[in-house]
Amino acid sequence: MNLGQQLAQYILSGLSTGAIYALIGVGFAIIHNATGIINFAQGEFVMLGGMATFFFFSALKVPLVLAVALATGVSTMAGIVFERLAIRPLKNATPINLVIITIGGSILIRGIAMLLWGKDTHSLPTFSGDEPIMLGGATVMPQHLWIFAVTLVVIVCSKLFFSHTISGKAMRACSYNRRAAGLVGIDVRRMVLFSFAISSAMGSMAGIIIAPLTMTSYDVGVMLGLKGFCAAIIGGMSSGLGTVFGGLILGVLEALGAGLFSSGYKDAIAFIILLLILFIRPQGLFRRGESERV
Amino acid sequence: MLRKISFIFVSVVSFLVAAVCAFAAPPIKIGGLFAVTGPASFLGEPERNTAQMVVNEINAAGGIRGRRLELVAYDTQGDATRAVQAANRLIKEDRVVAIIGPSTTGDTMAVIPIAERAHVPLVSCAAGSKITSPVKRWVFKTAQNDALAVARIYEYLAGRKLTRVAILTVSDGFGSSGREQLKANAARYGIRIVSDDTYGPKDTDMTAQLTKIRGSQAQAIICWGTNPGPAVIARNARQIGLKIPLFMSHGVSSKKFIELAGDAAEGIILPSGRVIVADRLPNSDRQKKPLLAFVKDYQRHYRAEGDHFGGHAWDAVMLLKAAIERGGDNPAAIRDQLEKIRTFAGIGGVFSYSPADHAGLNKDAFVLVEVRNRDWTLVK
Repeated sequence: MNLGQQLAQYILSGLSTGAIYALIGVGFAIIHNATGIINFAQGEFVMLGGMATFFFFSALKVPLVLAVALATGVSTMAGIVFERLAIRPLKNATPINLVIITIGGSILIRGIAMLLWGKDTHSLPTFSGDEPIMLGGATVMPQHLWIFAVTLVVIVCSKLFFSHTISGKAMRACSYNRRAAGLVGIDVRRMVLFSFAISSAMGSMAGIIIAPLTMTSYDVGVMLGLKGFCAAIIGGMSSGLGTVFGGLILGVLEALGAGLFSSGYKDAIAFIILLLILFIRPQGLFRRGESERV
Repeated sequence: MLRKISFIFVSVVSFLVAAVCAFAAPPIKIGGLFAVTGPASFLGEPERNTAQMVVNEINAAGGIRGRRLELVAYDTQGDATRAVQAANRLIKEDRVVAIIGPSTTGDTMAVIPIAERAHVPLVSCAAGSKITSPVKRWVFKTAQNDALAVARIYEYLAGRKLTRVAILTVSDGFGSSGREQLKANAARYGIRIVSDDTYGPKDTDMTAQLTKIRGSQAQAIICWGTNPGPAVIARNARQIGLKIPLFMSHGVSSKKFIELAGDAAEGIILPSGRVIVADRLPNSDRQKKPLLAFVKDYQRHYRAEGDHFGGHAWDAVMLLKAAIERGGDNPAAIRDQLEKIRTFAGIGGVFSYSPADHAGLNKDAFVLVEVRNRDWTLVK
């Protein structure tokens, strides 16, 4: 096995992990854009997606497709309830308070999941078989193709939604200037609720499609959430391509770092990148610096 | 007058107390420190369950020398600070005669000074070899040393002339202890470690490390971790078409691993306590009887498979029982009697403690098992 083949495998593995980071990161970005807060409970929706699918599929013996749909529904509901109970009642909270509330919320959700479903790790069947696919010296699982496909579809849909629908445009308006959006008749609070619903649905999709590969348990959300957050930071909190590239870059660098240097520094790589970006280009890799509008 | 009344009162009370003592001897209290919640709950939960189950059974059978056994168990959450607090409480408030646990090596190391100072015997359920080496007067343990598992794997590899090995260990206490032992013992078996990689306990994709190993000269991979990492590694190895044999540690010797790894578990070999192959052991095996009893009881009480983690607590309670039966419930006597226990067939192995050895097991405590048709088979 030559270095070229190894590199191909590293990059392919990195891209498939990166696609997940991207999907989670976009969830962060959507909420950030609509509300100005970083929702650190985003990782828990990823966990909810995987665990709820497992619950419906294994415990209630629901067919897999239906289990996926139900789990997405459950997680979306959880996102909506979370917004209603934890975010909305605070009228004049500063963003930092809200961020701390989301951290508390994430601990609560994790605790509930642990009590409901136990501490075991669970596995889901793959969507279409276990036979690895060869791609120029590297291999991927059919499930990886699902990950790419779902990420692509979700990103395209969100792009269309934000550019071509009234609700999407209204949400963008909120992200630019909440007060002005309110003045022109946009129900800002409804848009915030929307943003939580959309991002929890996206997070749960991410959790569902990776569960067959990486297993799922009540505590998978923490690390995945942080990696998604890194992706969003690299992408400058854009809810579109910026974050997607951010996730892919992060995944590939992690895989290359683990393969070529030392696997002990895999997570360190992600967080060093995060710190570098925050120090040097806080607006993200792809966004031009914006001057503060006064 | 008042003096007379109080005299009578005191005599009556002391008579009553004495009578109660004579008719129902107070229970013998033993303490338990288990990581029931937190990251090491996969150890602490079965340990707590098993300890309680064994204590109940001993009491149902009439207790020890006619006295009931009482288990006072606290949750350490796998946190050394909590373990220390709980240990102090057990010794000072609950006044236990001996302590079982803690579940992890880190917790145990933190608790050792307390047990040593208070002169209370501690029977740890953790595996780290530094717990009993060097020997500490009041500290014993029931879990098999990692070095014994390493020896089993290396023996097998050396027998098949597989001398170039890649190791892939998890970056937590269990993994780093395994990594230390793997590196320290390699030369003795003529084995060379050609690739030394780690992964995080929460990592979800290890194809990068495995690809690196595939590019090396390794003839076998030894992976050291607890679920779910090894299951991910087994799947990743299958994905990238790795052909060399894959070995796991005793950290995954439960059915859960096969369930998680699915078909990718086929052909994987690992050292394990005998508990997972209890029914396949020859009748001449001394451990067969206690093993079958433990597995059956655990199944009946908790509707789950008894694993070797629970077995550590089983051994600890039974060893204490044997010691108390022989020497009474004085902590010092328990310690002395524990040290005199020889060839005690338990779940983890056949224990023979001595003043120079408080771990009590040799490498026969492990057997090698291979996953075939989603079940364990003994490797000869």
